Amino acid sequence: MSNLIDIQNVSIGYKTDEGEVSAVSDVSLSIAPREIYALVGESGCGKSTLASSIMRLLAAPGKLTGGKILFEGKDLTALSDNEMVAYRGKEIGMIFQNPLDSLNPVLRIGNQISEAIMLDRVPKEEALKLTDSILSNMQIADASKRAQNYPFELSGGMRQRAMIGMMISRNPKLIIADEPTTALDVTIQAQILELLKKLKEQHNVSVLLITHNFGVVAEIADRIGVMYAGTLVEEGDVFSLFESPKHPYTAMLLKALPTIRKHQGRLQVIPGNVERLINPPKGCRFANRCPYAMDKCVDVPAPWQYEGEHRWACHLEGGIARG
Amino acid sequence: MKQKKKNRFWFRALRNPSFVIGAILLLLVIFCAIFADVLCPQGYDAVNIMDKLKQPSFIDPTSPYPLGTDHVGRDLLARIIHGSRIALQVGLVAVAIETVIGVILGLLSGYYGGKLGNAIMFVTDLTWSIPPVVLALAIVTAIGSSLMNVVISIAVVSWAQFTRIVRSKTQALKNTPFIEAARAIGESDFSIIVRYILPNVTSQVLVIATLALPTAILSTSSLSFMGLGAQQPLPDWGNILSDGINYMRQSPFLTIAPGVALVITVLGFNLLGEGLREMLDPKMKV
Repeated sequence: MSNLIDIQNVSIGYKTDEGEVSAVSDVSLSIAPREIYALVGESGCGKSTLASSIMRLLAAPGKLTGGKILFEGKDLTALSDNEMVAYRGKEIGMIFQNPLDSLNPVLRIGNQISEAIMLDRVPKEEALKLTDSILSNMQIADASKRAQNYPFELSGGMRQRAMIGMMISRNPKLIIADEPTTALDVTIQAQILELLKKLKEQHNVSVLLITHNFGVVAEIADRIGVMYAGTLVEEGDVFSLFESPKHPYTAMLLKALPTIRKHQGRLQVIPGNVERLINPPKGCRFANRCPYAMDKCVDVPAPWQYEGEHRWACHLEGGIARG
Repeated sequence: MKQKKKNRFWFRALRNPSFVIGAILLLLVIFCAIFADVLCPQGYDAVNIMDKLKQPSFIDPTSPYPLGTDHVGRDLLARIIHGSRIALQVGLVAVAIETVIGVILGLLSGYYGGKLGNAIMFVTDLTWSIPPVVLALAIVTAIGSSLMNVVISIAVVSWAQFTRIVRSKTQALKNTPFIEAARAIGESDFSIIVRYILPNVTSQVLVIATLALPTAILSTSSLSFMGLGAQQPLPDWGNILSDGINYMRQSPFLTIAPGVALVITVLGFNLLGEGLREMLDPKMKV
């Protein structure tokens, strides 16, 4: 099975006065066609940074310091800025965290979407028709009427759906969804997730879903990657990862989730704080908070261990036991 | 829906006193400019040497001239009314040039930043630091005095305010999610600047333009007053003023009338601009 996108040993740093912040360090992952890959981790662990580096939309001090991003076998990091423009939207679409500000306030919704479609040299009339059908596909009632509205005249959920509509209007093969549901209430969250699923099934789209919401992940993801402090610590399919997490961080993260099935009393928290990312330790970045930490954890990078598709980076032989 | 929004705009406009007063004053000036030939069919340069320095008819009832005549016997009212054309033309042309230069440079330096942005800002600050009338004076002296040259030189020295504001607004817009989204969908830099940033700075540009207009008119009149702008017999208000100054004792209206005309026009634009600024300020919107 050839992968749609192969991220190989990518590192990203932010230059600051105090030194370089290693926001993403040596992350490798790949996404197959028609796969929903969820990247989870706490705030500031580098999920969004990694995502915007794929699109080359990193904000100014951020810089790719190593690694390759292969999209259908082509290295995106080697492209010129102009060549990159051809990939944005056309091959890779991106859904943003904040739908409320992601549409141009002075353009009508319909114009904005049809304009995106017209980037592919589609004649205007056809683009307008397509826009209507995209909007109604996004379950926006009265699509042709809504197309005439300005963003501020729509509700948050509608705007989010209009924005997703715009991002898929050019039929990208990969959609990067950067916390697409954080700003929305639960019912609309469910609609958006349903939409992403539908896209995958009907349009053969792959999705890189970035979130810190395990509920969302369990709902639609095929595979999960768990990030901690800029490193990928564990990766596997949804079932094996939820069933038997191997990395101590993943295990503790899952324990910190409330469940409705049994009464747990106080939720578990992970003691300590995330390691500072300026001059991080050479070894495992979770070592300072890990109850299983050994001496070598701090100095020696954790080796990857494999169990079929499931892999994790830890010195602990065989990962932690269940429970 | 659209109709409603338009109505709301006019409703707000009509409740804004400075906008209303400014608009009335300007409509008066525009009316004069449009119907100058109807109001004063004899034209601005009809000389009647026998009637030179006549008093206005409200002082001397036998005088047929409502505002009197100047030192060669030209009807002052006709010259003032025809002068409104020059004032408006000068203002509009100068501001149009200023806007084009200023907005383009502001967008470029705000969007691209870096070396290009700094270079543009250096030139802008340089222009800003020279008193406009002095620079315009130098330019006019170099390229010769005519109305058009004055307009050009005024435009060349006063685009900096546009650049400043457009640049800072562009920088703020550049980092908003919708610009990032536009980049993610694959829009080119050019279309982001033209379709996404430009429409979002137009309200600011509109306000600066209305406030730049009176300045341009005043500067032209000042240069004309010094003899560098409009040449005889063009009825530029500055021109009329500088002619009238020699006869201030006998015929004070030769200086008062063009002064009042200038005040009405400048005040009109300033009030209109102020009103627009208040209405377009998002914090004032309900």
